[in-house]
Amino acid sequence: MIDRDTVRHVARLSRLRLSDEEQETMREELSGILEHIEHIQSLDLDDVPITTHVVEVENVLGEDVPHEELSVEEALREAPEVAGGGFSVPRMG
Amino acid sequence: MESRTAEESIAAILAGETSSAELVEDAIRRSEDDPWGAFLARDGERARARAKEIDAAAERPPLAGVPIAIKDVLSTRDLETTAGSQILKGFRPVYTATCVERLEQAGAVVVGKTNMDEFAMGSSTENSSYQLTKNPWDLGTVPGGSSGGSAATVAARQVPWSLGSDTGGSIRQPAALCGVVGMKPTYGAVSRYGLIAFASSLDQVGPFARTVRDSALLLSHIVGQDPRDSTSLDWWKPIEMPTAERLDGVKIGVIQEMLDNGIEPGVKAATEAAIATAEGLGAEITEVSLPSSRHGIAAYYLIAPAEASTNLSRFDGMRYGARAEAEDLLEHFERTRGEGFGPEVKRRIMLGTFALASGYYDAYYARAQKVRTLIVRDFVAAFENVDLLLSPTSPTTAFKIGERVDDPYAMYTSDVCTIPMSLAGLPAISIPCGLADGLPVGLQLSGPAFSENDLFSAAHALEQAIAFDATPAGVA
Repeated sequence: MIDRDTVRHVARLSRLRLSDEEQETMREELSGILEHIEHIQSLDLDDVPITTHVVEVENVLGEDVPHEELSVEEALREAPEVAGGGFSVPRMG
Repeated sequence: MESRTAEESIAAILAGETSSAELVEDAIRRSEDDPWGAFLARDGERARARAKEIDAAAERPPLAGVPIAIKDVLSTRDLETTAGSQILKGFRPVYTATCVERLEQAGAVVVGKTNMDEFAMGSSTENSSYQLTKNPWDLGTVPGGSSGGSAATVAARQVPWSLGSDTGGSIRQPAALCGVVGMKPTYGAVSRYGLIAFASSLDQVGPFARTVRDSALLLSHIVGQDPRDSTSLDWWKPIEMPTAERLDGVKIGVIQEMLDNGIEPGVKAATEAAIATAEGLGAEITEVSLPSSRHGIAAYYLIAPAEASTNLSRFDGMRYGARAEAEDLLEHFERTRGEGFGPEVKRRIMLGTFALASGYYDAYYARAQKVRTLIVRDFVAAFENVDLLLSPTSPTTAFKIGERVDDPYAMYTSDVCTIPMSLAGLPAISIPCGLADGLPVGLQLSGPAFSENDLFSAAHALEQAIAFDATPAGVA
């Protein structure tokens, strides 16, 4: 149902590096799962709206007033690598 | 054996029979003696300090310093929070989840963080990248999941109560398998701020306890609007402590689809006995059909992974957590995530990305959201005729460790009875209703949105009549 090319494409979109072995397992498992859920394809859903929110609520707006948030120091505390007061990452390829 | 419930502990503290310090010390000792593998992190020093502070206060806070354990998916400032994942190994949040903050303000003392399936994805806690958690009733079986540690710790009486999170059944199913009470509130009842997101339209925090009253007490302190979660609801009617002993006039619908296919005989027998008990208490029992619920698993395993695939994009090795060595940014993302996530998390990210991808979106994600509408409509129709719905919580009792790990879909079916309520955002509670071959069976009651007080009331009456008082062997 799903081929290796689709697995590679979806893995790239997902930003996941998968080994060859993982790609094959993923192909088998995703195909198996999709087979089990295939029955929703036969339902007549043309006139059914999608669910966007389960509880009826109105939009909530926050008050636009300055307040204390994380300091730069706190925000950077857990970062694997920091440079010049910001997050450091490798260069773009 | 620590036989006191949280409610009884509070009364004992107020009566001067014990102190927060004494109870917290006992809970810390129990959390360190952990053959079940319930705990990932412990916070003894801070817990002792907080207990001391509460004991010395002129006026005791409402929860009086009773200890509690928190599922490791909830952020706790400075205390390691991993969501069961290697990608967050060593991560110390810079803020605390609103629900935990509220409990601390109310006088609960956090003694530690409990094990779980990685990012709450799983039904057995075997997907934790750190350790197995064993079911206190039979160490060869799983505690359920994903909140397996929070369920096991209450069953093992390490703490009287704990917090979990439920996306498709992750509170109710482990509560059922461990013989404790587990409750998922209405979507939006509890702030999700500080809850590490899995599927944002489904995730909800809720209590584990040994009694329905303790569950109500815990929930009463965490509900309500939070400016930091725009989906949290203004909770205008307080959660009340249930006292009902009868069910006179309460119309309970038994969900037919959840009493037939694939339900173990022992689970069915215990459920039927509970139905007879409910009838004896004066409830009007009718049969109810939720025809679209059989598509629940299919819809859920498209919607939840789709939301997860976007939510988990934040784990990019830049701002927190583990990072892999790489030459350029794309390799950095792909290797960090490829190495940091476990197999089930990768499977769900892949499944969700697939369901949302161009060319597949309409056939999978959009269809799943339409099926969700059908499921919601089934519940609306059912609640025109009945007040509450009843079913087993899990089709089986606790299964053997390793039994379902190689078959992802078999694992997914563990949540067949809990997923429909999640998709509809409805409150539901699991209470123990008996044993089948020595393992606990959970009974699920669900109700319309905001029916928490009615649910607790009915669950309390049933709990008293069922009088489930068995305890696992080896729990002292």
